[in-house]
Amino acid sequence: MSADTGLSWNLVSDVQQMWQLDSMVNAYRAGTIVAVLAAVVGWFMVLRRQAFAGHTVALAGFPGAAAAVYLGLSASWGYFGFCVGAAAVIAALARDGAGGGAEESALTGVVQAFTLACGMLFVSLYKGFLNGTDSLLFGSFLGVTPGQVAVLAGVAAAVLAAIALIGRPLVFASVDPAVAAARGVPVRLLGVAFLVLLGAATAEVSQITGSLLVFALLVMPAATAQRLTVRPALGLGLAVAIAALVTWFGLGAAYFSPYPIGFWITTFAFGCYVLAQLFGFATRRHGTGRRHVARALGVS
Amino acid sequence: MSMFSHPFMVYALLGGTGIAAACGAVGFFLVLRAQVFTGDALSHVAFTGALAALAFGVDLRIGLFTATIAVALLIGALGRRGRADDVVIGNVFAWILGLGVFFLTLYTTDRSGAGNGSGTVNVLFGSILGLSSSQARTALGVGVGVLTVMLLIARPLLFATVDEAVAAARGVPVRTVGFAFLAMVGAATAEATQAVGALLLLGLLAAPAGAALALTDRPWRGFVLAVGLAIGEMWTGLVAAYLVPRMPPSFSITAVGTAAYAMALMYRRLRARHAAPDSSAAALPALRRSTESVGLARVTGAPSDATPLA
Repeated sequence: MSADTGLSWNLVSDVQQMWQLDSMVNAYRAGTIVAVLAAVVGWFMVLRRQAFAGHTVALAGFPGAAAAVYLGLSASWGYFGFCVGAAAVIAALARDGAGGGAEESALTGVVQAFTLACGMLFVSLYKGFLNGTDSLLFGSFLGVTPGQVAVLAGVAAAVLAAIALIGRPLVFASVDPAVAAARGVPVRLLGVAFLVLLGAATAEVSQITGSLLVFALLVMPAATAQRLTVRPALGLGLAVAIAALVTWFGLGAAYFSPYPIGFWITTFAFGCYVLAQLFGFATRRHGTGRRHVARALGVS
Repeated sequence: MSMFSHPFMVYALLGGTGIAAACGAVGFFLVLRAQVFTGDALSHVAFTGALAALAFGVDLRIGLFTATIAVALLIGALGRRGRADDVVIGNVFAWILGLGVFFLTLYTTDRSGAGNGSGTVNVLFGSILGLSSSQARTALGVGVGVLTVMLLIARPLLFATVDEAVAAARGVPVRTVGFAFLAMVGAATAEATQAVGALLLLGLLAAPAGAALALTDRPWRGFVLAVGLAIGEMWTGLVAAYLVPRMPPSFSITAVGTAAYAMALMYRRLRARHAAPDSSAAALPALRRSTESVGLARVTGAPSDATPLA
């Protein structure tokens, strides 16, 4: 992504210059959809403290792609199959109640280690898939075709619609599972549904962003937003805004500098998170986002 | 021809044993504290540390150990009472990975011809069959060291893990023990990552410990079982990789671990179905009961941050 011409002081002309390239326009379209989708799904992931599960599901895309290529299928099938499959395994085998946290932790670790080991096996069988760790982990955003943007938009719309449908009970079940279950909310079913949605979203997004950048976009804007506000609607909006801004600036910075986009997006997002932490300390609002939300909803 | 006539197999068994012992011991407490994510994150941090060392032209191992131990302590400091928080870990390590790619760019642009993929792939996936004699001895030494420290802090750490509040009230230095533990996680991760690769590390941390906790409710038996299982899985996997040369050792070792974990889970479900309803309780409350019977702690509520939401 080296710049043909340097960055000038006139930002408008800089943006115009950048958007003269079709690939950059497509990258911005894709980046915006990715940011919105990841921020919304990530907000629930952070609320449910399932960052480890999210990371595992995101990484499952890499062996999925390797397996699909080895078997001669389209890589998309591999991404979807492995991401949704890993999410389903974690959701199905994890148990509720005391001690479940330790078990889910071990289970998630084993699932991640095994899927990565499978990826390693497929790569060594196939030979030559694994060139460029950088793009595998962090994607490049460049070379996104209009067709891919359309598919991405479709998947994003479907996942967001499903989230909208189960959003309210899911927040309740995440904040206080015991009370939610007592009131007849299907807590376990919602947990499974959410992880599968997380799998579908990461499968689609990681084809464009790579396995690790999707995790950064899932966790960082959402954690920042939950540090700043306790209200679900406001928090979701804030997470989307942060994710979109961070992605736009990251794409721009990567275009005008020799350094990769993964570095810029994670650095901007981490900067926001640190600022939010400092703000939180300054205003003395300690504790987890979940507890804040519980207080805001008045359910705990 | 005997397997042991190949020096690389002997070195792999030697180094692998040390690493497996350290990972089994550290992993047992990681699983008990629901903190496997810490080990996972640190293995990625090792990648950045190694790349930073390469970019600045320092010895790779210095970068590895400094980065993992420093980040382990940082994560502990940001969490509460020397415990790491899932979301904090996620944020820190996503950014550290971004930094890793930055160093990768620095390294590959500064030294043309260094080649992009291969070096990184070795850091991420390491090769246990490529250990040299001195590397194997270092791995064994670090493994024995980590295991010794873990044995020394095991008792207060177990107390602090099972019931933090009561442990603190009885004068156990909960924070210090937590930090010492995280430093050990960092050291084990750094050694394992450079010797056998980040991939294998996670399998050795999570699978034996998970299986051990599914098989027994008693803490000490579980600890010994986790270490034993880790070493056993390492040996079995290495022999399997030797017999089937097309299979990478990282895969065979992880596959053996996963199979053992799956069997342990099935065993526990079967046992729970046959036993009386009240004995089908989860491992951690049972552990609480057994530590209570040892006279360590009184039962109080579960720590709220560790409660799963699934």
